[in-house]
Amino acid sequence: MSAMARLKVWRGDAADAGRWERYDVPFEPGQSVLDGLRWIRANRDPSLAIRFSCINANACKECMMELDGKTVYACTARLEAREMTLAPLSNKRLVRDLVTEIAPPAERFVSERR
Amino acid sequence: MQAEPMHVDTDVLIIGSGGAGMYAAIEAAQAGCEVFLADRSLIGRGGATVMAQMTVAVALGSETPDHWSHHYDDTLEAGRGLCDERLARLLCEEGPDCILQMDAWGIGWARKDGRITQAFAPGHDRPRCVYVDFLNTGPAVSKTLRTVVTRTKAIRKAGDLLIVDLVRVDGEVAGAVALHLPTGAPVTIAAKATIIATGGLTRLYRRNSASANMGGDGYALALRAGAPLTDMEFVQFFPIGHLAPRLIGMDPIMWDPFRYKLGGRLLNSQGEEFTARYGVSEDGRYVVTRDVATYAIAKEVEAERGSPHGGAYLSFQHCSEAELRDAFGPVIDRLAKNNIDLTRMPVEVAPIAHYHMGGVIADERMETEVPGLFVAGEAVGGANGANRLSGNAITEALVFGRRAGRSASERVKRAGTQPFRPQVAQATLDLLDARQDRDDINTAAMIQRLQGTMADDVGPFRTQDKLARALAAIADMSNALGERPIGRAAFDLRLLEWFDLRNMLLVARTVAMAALARTESRGAHQREDFPGMLPEWRVNQVARLGSGISLTRSSTLAQAAAQ
Repeated sequence: MSAMARLKVWRGDAADAGRWERYDVPFEPGQSVLDGLRWIRANRDPSLAIRFSCINANACKECMMELDGKTVYACTARLEAREMTLAPLSNKRLVRDLVTEIAPPAERFVSERR
Repeated sequence: MQAEPMHVDTDVLIIGSGGAGMYAAIEAAQAGCEVFLADRSLIGRGGATVMAQMTVAVALGSETPDHWSHHYDDTLEAGRGLCDERLARLLCEEGPDCILQMDAWGIGWARKDGRITQAFAPGHDRPRCVYVDFLNTGPAVSKTLRTVVTRTKAIRKAGDLLIVDLVRVDGEVAGAVALHLPTGAPVTIAAKATIIATGGLTRLYRRNSASANMGGDGYALALRAGAPLTDMEFVQFFPIGHLAPRLIGMDPIMWDPFRYKLGGRLLNSQGEEFTARYGVSEDGRYVVTRDVATYAIAKEVEAERGSPHGGAYLSFQHCSEAELRDAFGPVIDRLAKNNIDLTRMPVEVAPIAHYHMGGVIADERMETEVPGLFVAGEAVGGANGANRLSGNAITEALVFGRRAGRSASERVKRAGTQPFRPQVAQATLDLLDARQDRDDINTAAMIQRLQGTMADDVGPFRTQDKLARALAAIADMSNALGERPIGRAAFDLRLLEWFDLRNMLLVARTVAMAALARTESRGAHQREDFPGMLPEWRVNQVARLGSGISLTRSSTLAQAAAQ
């Protein structure tokens, strides 16, 4: 039995004003918000930018974003049959869509030689 | 006209920052080298190491007397006659030293009365596996190494940097070309030595226990740079990966440590323990090896005695709440949040792609056939033969990482390595520059299609027909992918996935071809049309990339050992 979540997702990069896009996502009870975002990429729009590595284990800590204004891991937040608003972290520099610069400064690539 | 790419000069380039890559970085830096540690994702948080739940096999002898030669015997036995005995010996002999170094760096191995606890795991002749509670081995290994990396000044870290190709100058690897994901900009890297530490290929399969960045990058980089691979047909399936009910925030291999500590019963839909039917009687203890358990579960499902989602039941209903809490503490609360009460219900489990025995051929110094190119960790082929013993993966990450870092530093100190020349990077820079917008293929969907093909037709049970069908599907996907990358923007996952598919399709083809050629069943490679292990197949297959993939048979890896 599949339910529907409506994900309202912030799209855009630092250079443009950005916009909200809505996607209706089918899900089985128990599935995660990250499952929903991956479904959007495979079935609606592969250009949606998200970041994750471990998918389900909550080990990599990469999939942090804001759900209805609160910071969550997309892999442990569950999909619900309602409109859910997803935005990039507001306290980090935006890269694009739901991706922000979360790496510590010393772990980012910079082209200057030391 | 192309803009000038960003450029980096370093002594040692390390690709991948899991356990193997970080240990290699520390060792090379301590030997006096400048190190550039690149990862396609965050430093020290992706890959397989951070996902490890519990066991690290090592002949420490803190539980019962032990010697590395006993661990070695068990490793060879598990490998079904195909281990590269030089590498297996290195793993077992140097394991204790690395484990004690990790202890000195403050990892916090579980202890009882002051001595490090060692658990019994299937395939071992005695308790041999160290761990960090609760289910925290991988995160603790990653964190400990990350802390040492951070305080080592000579290591420069670069996250979100995808290595696209290695570059060769006069037959030696002299660096690489990379894609900086946050900007989409190309980067050239000049290095006197390069270490591949990218892990395995479990992302090729639909259900897998590793992270999304384990798509076989390192195997593809090595093949294109001229280095041969071995044992590519041997993909280890972890038999009791979580299947149902849906569980979030937990790794699917979490039931392994539960079985180590609490035994547990593996049951079919009729409530019967069934592994005895396939040669190993469990009787509540955890003794069945991974290849046998995978086979047993699949055969029960085939005989319509599987669980509702197509696996087996795993029950801990014989355990009290107090026993469960004593063994796993806060994990029991995380299960409760997923509506799972183990005292009242079994869970469903099924085989899940977990580890790759095959990989890049290396000598005891971890150097490949191509000068300047080294390899470490799961990316190395041969140490585990046709089936890996439980607990050997983290051990090999540490031991092989340390050895690769040391060998790379020795090369750096020798004068006369080929200098990087920008011209040799041009073909890859042109490829990066040829990117285009295309919406007729969805790269995320294509990866799912490939994962389905590999799971259905190149899974643990293979036939000629299935493998031929897989090779046709892979060729079809390669055609659809085309010659020009897709995507343009900053952090454009289509671009990342295009380059991932370029690697994944090459590696998938190598696995399927090696599986088709091996007309017998051995360890993790089971041919339904060729059951049984044949003496004449006690050989390793070696894959090289020329105009296509070519396979040869070699008995030298196993023999190198015997001498």
